[in-house]
Amino acid sequence: MTNISIKSASEPEQTDWKRYFSFSTDHKVIGVQYLVTAFIFFLFGGLFAMIIRAELLTPQLDVVNRSLYNGLFTMHGTIMIFLWIFPANVGLANYLVPLMIGARETAFPVLNAIAFWLIPVVGILLLFSFFLPSGTAQAGWWSYPPVSIQNPSGHLINGEFIWLLAVTISGVSSIMGGVNLVTTIVRMRAPGMTFFRMPVYVWTTLSAQLLQLFCLPALTGAAILLLFDLSLGTDFFSPFKQGDPMIYQHLFWFYSHPAVYVMALPAFGVFSEVIPAFARKPLFGYKTVAVSSLLISGISTLVWAHHMFASATPNWMRMLFMATSMLVAVPTGIKVFAWTATVWRGKLHFKTPMLFALGGVAMFLFAGITGVMLAAVPFDIHVNNTHFVVGHFHYVVFNTVSMAIYAGIYYWFPKITGRMYSEGWGKLHFWLTFIGANLNFFPMHPLGLQGMVRRIASYDPQYTGWNIVASLGAFLLGMSTLPFIANMVSSWLRGRKAPNNPWNATGLEWTTSSPPPLENFEEIPTVTLEPYSYGESHRLTTDPSSI
Amino acid sequence: MRTFNITLLAIFVGVIILTSHAMGQQAYHWLPIAAAAEAEPVGHLFSFLVTLGTIVFLSVMGVLVYSILFYRASDTSDAPAIRGNLKLEITWTVIPILLVIWIAGYSYNIYQRMNILGSLPLVHLHLLESPAYAETGSSNMQPTEQIEVIAKQWSWSFHYPSQNVTSTELHIRVNRPVHLMLKSEDVVHGFYVPNFRIKQDIVPNQTIAFKFTPNRIGQYQLHDSQFSGTYFALMEANVFVDSPERYNQWLAQAATRPSVPAINPAKSEHSQPPKTPLRSNWHTVPPAQPPVVNK
Repeated sequence: MTNISIKSASEPEQTDWKRYFSFSTDHKVIGVQYLVTAFIFFLFGGLFAMIIRAELLTPQLDVVNRSLYNGLFTMHGTIMIFLWIFPANVGLANYLVPLMIGARETAFPVLNAIAFWLIPVVGILLLFSFFLPSGTAQAGWWSYPPVSIQNPSGHLINGEFIWLLAVTISGVSSIMGGVNLVTTIVRMRAPGMTFFRMPVYVWTTLSAQLLQLFCLPALTGAAILLLFDLSLGTDFFSPFKQGDPMIYQHLFWFYSHPAVYVMALPAFGVFSEVIPAFARKPLFGYKTVAVSSLLISGISTLVWAHHMFASATPNWMRMLFMATSMLVAVPTGIKVFAWTATVWRGKLHFKTPMLFALGGVAMFLFAGITGVMLAAVPFDIHVNNTHFVVGHFHYVVFNTVSMAIYAGIYYWFPKITGRMYSEGWGKLHFWLTFIGANLNFFPMHPLGLQGMVRRIASYDPQYTGWNIVASLGAFLLGMSTLPFIANMVSSWLRGRKAPNNPWNATGLEWTTSSPPPLENFEEIPTVTLEPYSYGESHRLTTDPSSI
Repeated sequence: MRTFNITLLAIFVGVIILTSHAMGQQAYHWLPIAAAAEAEPVGHLFSFLVTLGTIVFLSVMGVLVYSILFYRASDTSDAPAIRGNLKLEITWTVIPILLVIWIAGYSYNIYQRMNILGSLPLVHLHLLESPAYAETGSSNMQPTEQIEVIAKQWSWSFHYPSQNVTSTELHIRVNRPVHLMLKSEDVVHGFYVPNFRIKQDIVPNQTIAFKFTPNRIGQYQLHDSQFSGTYFALMEANVFVDSPERYNQWLAQAATRPSVPAINPAKSEHSQPPKTPLRSNWHTVPPAQPPVVNK
């Protein structure tokens, strides 16, 4: 007798923590890898933000010198966008989409894994650039030439070089991820999972990833051309030779405005899942909400020049882009009204995910209103490149998108880990985040209205008051991550065992075990119902003991 | 009960209208003191946007907060399965469309009235051609002097061709249209005076014609609004809106002064960096030679 054990192909992969450090092709492992990696970089981005806010506590330059300040805000923006929000959203999507559409895997598992492993490469490159003799990139996250192609160090390998390389790799990773998710959604839905039976989260992911495929090549191309200008002496964007720096701005914003929706659409998806579950009602106007996601994608490809109202854009372009930019308010408005109507006459349970979702919706409403203001050219000309824009932008990317990512993490935590998180710690986390974020980002609006320019390390003393409030808010916001980390780690290790469907929610992901088996479902389900069938007699799952 | 609800709704609507109106009036005070003719319509637009924004914010928040207060779950059962309402959905699609058309129309109107931008060169890749510049001001104005604004890392200078005066201060006459020719010698800079509510990026190798009318005597601050590198925050200049007499007096006096290199904060900080606890020793672009000015 020999004692050789033969590992069959269908045998589950290792189930302990080690698999999260392996080149796994399981979409669930990749999803968690994305989420955890993104969160680690989020802590770096947040730390840089706190140093920036410490500098802005007083009008004088007294914490960091100017080049370091410029490096810090450049890295803060870059890390938060390319290493926190994008990967965190893609992480959630990776985990959830196959489960939500009843698929066993994503369409291209190996491509998916490669896309993930490029992310730590991007992060390490960017953080490593602080130790270069020429320092990290200092031209801001939008890296406009000619500032970005000035290279005083003379070194070939410099911060800007690394930055452009990192953005290019991140672009390649996102395009891979986009191809995978779009193909999965279009081709791998379970029998009966028609487009109008897909949860809104899947709709928003599809819309966001289509935008990635359509617009991201413009940025990746622009980054490569800028890299040539910087390192090889070409002059695509160099104004004193044959180039034109405005073309970079057009290419950059052709992607980077839609990028805001690549970040925000999945957030809208999370709100559309969480709010019905904790209001115990179907999502109001499901089809309109679903289709409005595609409308947002479509319109957002035609609004990029509103970032350039004060640039050398002619009058006709300013007027045209004012009109298209304002139009985005219609499909986003539809979503906000639908969430509000879902809550109306509901039976509301204020669990942590619901708090984050409602807080996120309220603050998105504010961001939407200031967004319409910014689309109005005469007003935008006054506040363009001031802290008003910084405030508006952070109400979108932090107060809406990051709140939604938190809502999503709490909501699906029992599914992902098989354990319940601690509700008390979760609520503490919410209130610290909500108060900290508003203290941090609201004061930027009055500062901008008063004319405080963004990206300055020192400022006129008249702006001191609101800056102190903003900085204290930033420190509180930094602290707010501590209960989150404590909760996630301790609950994953020792939390109460979670049932398959702790929220008694609809959606295929709740019909499988927590955590789901390797291939997601014992048997591929057949879908016969519209989603969000709360309150309807033919619910997919009913477990009265839950929620 | 029905009458009670209607009364409650009427009070809610009344409160929203009154609060929004008050916010709209307050909004003027959130902006810095207006000192140019262009600032007034921008103030009206902002007040209008704040009024409409407050109506939308309070209406939606009112419904949300009402729900949060009064629709807390008492048991684990589901709420009524209301899937939608076509009339309501059409209403909340049409209302934003109308609002957006209203806001865009009003903004367009105001932008036309501001008329700050001279025609821009559409093609600006030909180095040897002189920049395209067309006078678009109304014909009944007497011709005014064009002031050249030169931005470089990191200083502003203003050249008055008629007297051949260069200064680090921008002096302009009250109630007279100012014509600026914006130029940059290195990177993209931005011309921004918050009190005038005007802003224009300055793209190197282009001359951008820009005009506005200051209408309040005083001293204001010019900021660089487009990130321009290491000493970006120091790139500021004083703007003086003078009475015609004072303006002429200043220009005449400046013309008599000898040309000397200007005092430049970026240059001083470059040679004597402040002692901050956290600092890098990264290479930075050295400040350009300060402009030579008649004071």
